[in-house]
Amino acid sequence: MPTVIEVGNLRKTYGSVIAVDDVSFEVNEGEIFGMVGPNGAGKTTTIECIEGLRRPDDGSVKLLGMDPSEKRRAIANHIGVQLQESALPPRLRVVEALELFASFYEHRADAEELLDILGLTEKRSSAFDKLSGGQKQRLFIALALINRQKIVFFDELTTGLDPQARRSMWDLVRQIREQGCTVFLTTHSMEEAERLCDRVLIIDRGQIVALDTPEAMIRSLGAENRLVFTLPENQADPLLTDLPQVQRVEQFGERVVVYGHGERFASSVVYALEDAGVDFLDLRTEQPNLEDVFLSLTGREMRE
Amino acid sequence: MKGFRKLTLVNLKLYLREPISTFFTLAFPPLLVVLFGAMYGNDPSPMFGGYGSMDVSMPAYTAMILGTVGFLGVPITISGYRESGVLRRFQATPMRPLTYILADIVANLVTTLLGMMGLVIIGWLLYHVQFEGQVMAVILAVVFCGLAMFSIGYLIAGLAPGARTAQVVGMVIFYPMMFLSGASIPLEIMPETIQRIANFLPLTYVVRLLRGLWFGDAWGEHLLETAVLSGVLLVCTALAARFFRWE
Repeated sequence: MPTVIEVGNLRKTYGSVIAVDDVSFEVNEGEIFGMVGPNGAGKTTTIECIEGLRRPDDGSVKLLGMDPSEKRRAIANHIGVQLQESALPPRLRVVEALELFASFYEHRADAEELLDILGLTEKRSSAFDKLSGGQKQRLFIALALINRQKIVFFDELTTGLDPQARRSMWDLVRQIREQGCTVFLTTHSMEEAERLCDRVLIIDRGQIVALDTPEAMIRSLGAENRLVFTLPENQADPLLTDLPQVQRVEQFGERVVVYGHGERFASSVVYALEDAGVDFLDLRTEQPNLEDVFLSLTGREMRE
Repeated sequence: MKGFRKLTLVNLKLYLREPISTFFTLAFPPLLVVLFGAMYGNDPSPMFGGYGSMDVSMPAYTAMILGTVGFLGVPITISGYRESGVLRRFQATPMRPLTYILADIVANLVTTLLGMMGLVIIGWLLYHVQFEGQVMAVILAVVFCGLAMFSIGYLIAGLAPGARTAQVVGMVIFYPMMFLSGASIPLEIMPETIQRIANFLPLTYVVRLLRGLWFGDAWGEHLLETAVLSGVLLVCTALAARFFRWE
């Protein structure tokens, strides 16, 4: 798979603050590449250096083989961009915005079709400042798709969207990729990164913490599964640590968390509980996810 | 090119949708004609070289429109767009920065000419105001003066840290200048001190050039005005280009 984005030893500082520190990675054609990390980790700075909106202090960026800080306009023709923070003139109407932005590009997507896909057809004549946060976000996504781009950048794709709109946006991103477009997105939602991205780059305090497929990252954790249940009062503490699949047991009041691994981990615990005649409630298993990956790699919770 | 045309048209529409800017460029000058016309009439006066006060107000109010657009419209819009992130969104397209500025200037010139047209129509309907110049020369002068005034506006937008500051700076410069340059009240009825202050205000030269051409002077008779405004245009454009920021 050819490489479409190459970032080498990228560094960017704002005064004494190091926003991005020696970051290197590549993005392949046709993949959904996600950059994830807490706010202030350096996601937006990195993506904007790649888009040619910011000039790196050091390091190299190649986009479709070109340097964005030198060939900004040539590159801008081939990429779609949704910025984390931007606006349109308050009285500009939705359909006018699409037609205006279409006029800047050589290859144009169908404005009406985009309105339809993003559920903005009813709002076509509404002024920008009369739109809700989610509608504005969807309009900016439409603007990013107006030029039949080769690569599309979404900086905080689903911020401001309700859960339903989020899911339909994920479907849309997958569709865009099906059409051969490369997708580069940033998010602070580990769930979004895990569900949507082929490869994920975890960034924290300007440095790369991990870069792999979500599955491989989770596997590399040593894959500890969790079984959680509630133990009503006056129940004897079940002796689960004797089971070969169980590593340790933690109890917080009524809540019991059993850590372990192996294919028969969950069932062996359940059998052991039944055998002991323990009256457990609300039993569920928890798979490790990217949140755990972040926690184990940085020692901190991934919170906004 | 398509982008330029589209953007000019959009800018024009946006301007006309903004009630405050529309009022001050399109409605306010004719209102002044009605108001001051009712107070002073348009009888020929030796003070105005044999013209009436409404006759001389036509080029003067045109200068006022140019000042309103240049000192208030341009800085407020541009710095507001910068602050809210509109300029950033445009920056992420293949459009050249110069295309953006030119489309903005053309739209501003068209609104100025529209305002001037409304003003002259009211002046003619109510007072049969006199015009002795050449239409093309006057339009050309409006465009030239417009470029000079807008370049000051872009400079204010570039230097002001935010939209609020740009607005305040624009108002602080424009409102006194509007009264001291002859753009609203003819300088002839002002005390000598004010007439002397007027020599230091760029808008004064706009009023003089437009009034001269309006009543049939040749450009050659207004070399001082042309030189001053060319200087303003060159210096402010250079500085505005230096200080312009997308974000």
